[in-house]
Amino acid sequence: MPSTPLHVLVLDANTLRAAVIEDGLREAGDLRVTVLTETEGLVENIVALDPDVIFIDLENPNRDQLEHMFQVSRAVRRPVAMFVDRSDTAAVEAAIEAGVSAYIVDGLRKERVKPILDMAISRFNAFDRLRRELEATKSELAERKQIERAKTLLIKSRGLSEPEAYALLRRTAMNQNRRIAEVAESLVMAASLLGKGLGKGESR
Amino acid sequence: MSGPDAPIRIGYIPLLDAAPVLVAARKGFAAAEGLDLALVRETSWATIRDRLAVGHLDAAHILAPMPIAANLGLTPMPSPMVVPMTLGIGGNTVTVSRALWQSLAAQGARPDFDPAAAAAALAAEVRARRSAGGATLTFGIVHAFSTHHYALAYWLAHAGIQPGRDVELTVLPPSLMEAALAGGHIDGFCAGEPWGSLAAEGGAAILTTGAHIWRTSPEKVLGVRAAWAESNPDALARLLRAVCRAAAWCDAAENRAELAALLAEPAAVNRPAAVIGRSLARRLPTPDGGERAVADFLTFADKAATFPWLSHALWLYTQMVRWGQAEHSPANLALARRTYRPALYRAALAGLDLPVPAANAKVEGMLDRATPVGSPSGTLWLGPDGFFDGRVFDPDRIDAYIAAVSDPI
Repeated sequence: MPSTPLHVLVLDANTLRAAVIEDGLREAGDLRVTVLTETEGLVENIVALDPDVIFIDLENPNRDQLEHMFQVSRAVRRPVAMFVDRSDTAAVEAAIEAGVSAYIVDGLRKERVKPILDMAISRFNAFDRLRRELEATKSELAERKQIERAKTLLIKSRGLSEPEAYALLRRTAMNQNRRIAEVAESLVMAASLLGKGLGKGESR
Repeated sequence: MSGPDAPIRIGYIPLLDAAPVLVAARKGFAAAEGLDLALVRETSWATIRDRLAVGHLDAAHILAPMPIAANLGLTPMPSPMVVPMTLGIGGNTVTVSRALWQSLAAQGARPDFDPAAAAAALAAEVRARRSAGGATLTFGIVHAFSTHHYALAYWLAHAGIQPGRDVELTVLPPSLMEAALAGGHIDGFCAGEPWGSLAAEGGAAILTTGAHIWRTSPEKVLGVRAAWAESNPDALARLLRAVCRAAAWCDAAENRAELAALLAEPAAVNRPAAVIGRSLARRLPTPDGGERAVADFLTFADKAATFPWLSHALWLYTQMVRWGQAEHSPANLALARRTYRPALYRAALAGLDLPVPAANAKVEGMLDRATPVGSPSGTLWLGPDGFFDGRVFDPDRIDAYIAAVSDPI
């Protein structure tokens, strides 16, 4: 017997992550997916949308309001439970670990909801990884810029060629057992301090 | 002293009554007990509860009724919790919009926070709106399982106002109350400080306070995952000592400026130290532009403010029953009582110079003046306590109390 597609609501203030999750959910099966990134009029919206499953990011300050709504529940037609199965602690832990909370209409069969929950969890995790990678790339970029600036300083102040400047940085790093980027950063910082008029004796 | 083991992970919400936990970590009280505290700032009580349940947190600054609700299985993911200490009494306000204040003042509300006059004025306003076909007033609370909810509902019911019918209740995080009030989404709210004082700075009016409604109302407690408490009794005892010493530090007037500065930091409340400091000094702005001292407001340690009174747990349970959140049964009553653990508190503080009450429960509303009571470590002053309507809560007569407060309004 064909069943009507489940209506999944994603509440996430992070529009990029919401898009990543929406995309994943559409892959997960025959679902109707609605995304809300604004929390204005949350209660009215949920009553109007009447979803079967709600995903909300853990950092969302509206979780308390959401749960109150389910509890008072005059506004909501159907009782809402949290997570697929209270006894499925592994799924609950995985969700919290990934930073997502799920509210499921009571009575929905576990086998219908489980793949959706799994997909949401994996997308939250993937987004988290992506964000960490982005941050790493950003700092890598910043480090490369610092090295460029240090080289330029050495070229100007010591009259070195570019390969010579880089070799000096590398040699200093090796001697001091530090990373090239750290040596470059110290050099740039020192230069900017000196540039502001601090003499050698005054620098800390 | 043994070296620090794995850090104890403690969650908190940015509120003034998180101070004892923050100060324990920041002012060396935890370190003196050989503990390393990892503080985790959260944005919702639901997330604090869930992170406690799955073991991301070992303990948390949490609304006093929440661990009871968790043990009663009323939360989406029930998990056993214990309450070995309270994190202070009397720190919330009932604050209304300037427009509502003006109507209430015309109906007899006074700018002295008098709860009975304010409730009567609100009841008159509700009746006036109903007969004029006006919109129902909406008040914000921070959570359905909060002392703010129960204090507000108790106060409304006293005046014949049925919460949820005559006045709508909605839930918002405390930090959003001010904006919701300014934007006209709510007409008033009951929330912990500094949010009432800050709203008053922006033109709203503090109508009364939780400390006026119930003189020694607990606000937050230290909620501890039962499994963690059972497997780490030594660390828990050290934690209780550290947080109790921190609470005493928070109450000392000479530390107030430093505490206000600490709480004003972005990692804590992230709001002006001047407003926070005034609230810590137990002074609140009045609706007529003045300022007024409120006895017992935001008390961290004095008058046994850190002690987990069984009578607190049981009163909160009666309110869950009263407002239809919990079924009254001997089993549920036992679960509520068993949530609070005065024995853990007493064992941890044994032999210290901190006063500990000799009893585990008290009749709430019996002390009409500050009264010295017996304590193994010397004299402890309690009271005045009790409720603004004079009703007494005797924890040995729960059935009679529930029957009496459950009369339809």
